[in-house]
Amino acid sequence: MKAVTVVSEKAYKKTERNAWKVFKSQRYLYYMSIPFVIWVFVFQYLPLWGWTMAFQKYKPGLSFFEQKWVGLEHFRTLFRDDHFYQVLRNTLAMSLMGLIAGFIVPVVFALLLNEVRIQVIKRFVQTVSYLPHFVSWVVAAGIVTKMLSADGGVVNDMFMGLGIIEQPIQFMAQGKLFWWVVTFGDIWKETGWNAIIYLAAIAGIGPELYEAARVDGASRFRQMWHITLPGIRPTIIILLIMSIGHLLGTGFEKQFLLGNHLVIDYSEVLDLYALNYGLAMGRYSFGTAINIFNSVISLILLFAANGIFKRYTNESIM
Amino acid sequence: MEAVKSSTPVGRLNNWLKAKSPQDRILEVVVYLFMIVVTVLTIYPFLNVLAISFNDSVDTIRGGITIWPRQFTLKNYDLIFTYEGLITGFKISFLRTVIGTVAGLASGSMLAYTLARSDFQARRFISIFLAVTMYVSGGLIPGFILMKELHLIDTFAVYILPGLVSAFNVFIIRSFIDGLPYALQESAKLDGANDFTIYWRVILPLCKPALATVALFLAVGQWNSWFDTYLFNGSNESLTTLQYELMKILQSTTTSATNSQDAANMAERMAQVSPESVKMAITIIVTVPILIVYPFLQKYFVKGMTLGAVKS
Repeated sequence: MKAVTVVSEKAYKKTERNAWKVFKSQRYLYYMSIPFVIWVFVFQYLPLWGWTMAFQKYKPGLSFFEQKWVGLEHFRTLFRDDHFYQVLRNTLAMSLMGLIAGFIVPVVFALLLNEVRIQVIKRFVQTVSYLPHFVSWVVAAGIVTKMLSADGGVVNDMFMGLGIIEQPIQFMAQGKLFWWVVTFGDIWKETGWNAIIYLAAIAGIGPELYEAARVDGASRFRQMWHITLPGIRPTIIILLIMSIGHLLGTGFEKQFLLGNHLVIDYSEVLDLYALNYGLAMGRYSFGTAINIFNSVISLILLFAANGIFKRYTNESIM
Repeated sequence: MEAVKSSTPVGRLNNWLKAKSPQDRILEVVVYLFMIVVTVLTIYPFLNVLAISFNDSVDTIRGGITIWPRQFTLKNYDLIFTYEGLITGFKISFLRTVIGTVAGLASGSMLAYTLARSDFQARRFISIFLAVTMYVSGGLIPGFILMKELHLIDTFAVYILPGLVSAFNVFIIRSFIDGLPYALQESAKLDGANDFTIYWRVILPLCKPALATVALFLAVGQWNSWFDTYLFNGSNESLTTLQYELMKILQSTTTSATNSQDAANMAERMAQVSPESVKMAITIIVTVPILIVYPFLQKYFVKGMTLGAVKS
């Protein structure tokens, strides 16, 4: 019994010494990482500390201890505000539409592009499809507005030419169309880019599977359906979970740049709400409460999605 | 039974048609039609903007310009280069792109190297510490208050400092380093190199593909960013970026009432000469630098995206 204690004590001292020795021998690794850890702490973690503002009657200029605490008052104001529900509806609607479209369209695009057997064409289409991803939303919004414009926009010209409509549609002035404008703008901008991962996953599927299917007489379409699609299933699910996690954080750039005062009832999203009612009016605490609400919902969605997929498909990111 | 290979184009087409079942041929047609539609939908808007930017501004109002200018002129470009705000904007955008990219690469690669070292004690902690930032963020207002308290508002630094370390980029570079043979580091160590030397002399030169990917992400992000200008430096004329100037001009037609007086004046000045063509010329100026770069880096970022996705 005594002997055991002595041994373990010795072993403990040894590991302690070792840890210190390793620490010393790795000092360069610490020099190279610690500054950035501090950096991340300041710029990413300190704003989280700012969440306390939501529970205070925050006044700029006062120190943390001088602030007046008000508990959940701002959240109560938020949940009592009718405007909030409209904004929440817009956020959820555009996020969900973006999620569905932004996930189905790139998969279809990747599947079809994979069937292009002429390499030159395949590469050309792929290169072209990335192009809009690299321009800013400022430019993209300008282009979308231009294409949809009622006088001389190509979309209206085309629809009129085909005789589908009599009068040009005021795409940018009708609230009801705004969600669709944002969704299609997003598809136009990001489909090619989002397809990269699926194409890479398709490239990783073993050729012997296709070989076997061909021997069995499967058509190209059946190969696509029974081999390619199941082959990229894990990738699809992981990306789906990740995008659900970012559901409410899909940003406000599009809405800010494409929106105007005519469609504001349909274009305002949570972040813009925080910007307009929090920052512009100096109601910092209220704005922060909106930010927190946004983050909490995102996290819940992420964990829920992860849990559901773990249960039914054995794929998960955590 | 192999069909006799024909060398004439028609013969080859014939063989090709025979080799496929009707279903396969339908698929083939659908696929190529789809690709044509995608290509046109993607490229047409850009060609249209380009054509309008080279078209006489008065003539543009008549509409109907597709992918070729009706009355070719360089006047629109002449005009925008006399506008002070755009020259400053171009300088600031260029500077933030260069500095932001270099700084981001340095920080990203250094952190990635330490995280790729499986013997590094703090590896797990730092990895989690970083990964959390990908999902949780303070949000708009706490971020704004922080910048205010750090006195970064109305400074150039606000473009560089907050986004210096990006978890996503770190993980992309780390996955790449993970794929390099560890023996290289071992042998350098035996030669007496310290960890920093290994990073600088061994790892960095081998990381070029990953660095190219991340450089592209950083550069595009910096060049395309406008919201930080709007939020922090919008009122400081010497610090506004090109994207922000474009945003002001494009927005001025739809929501002139909500914009600042400055933007309204500018829009008026622009509107007197020509709205559409000048706007499109600025759009081209803002877009071209990116369009020149990306095809060359394509092979890198495709690899980088894939690595990043598999790991994270």
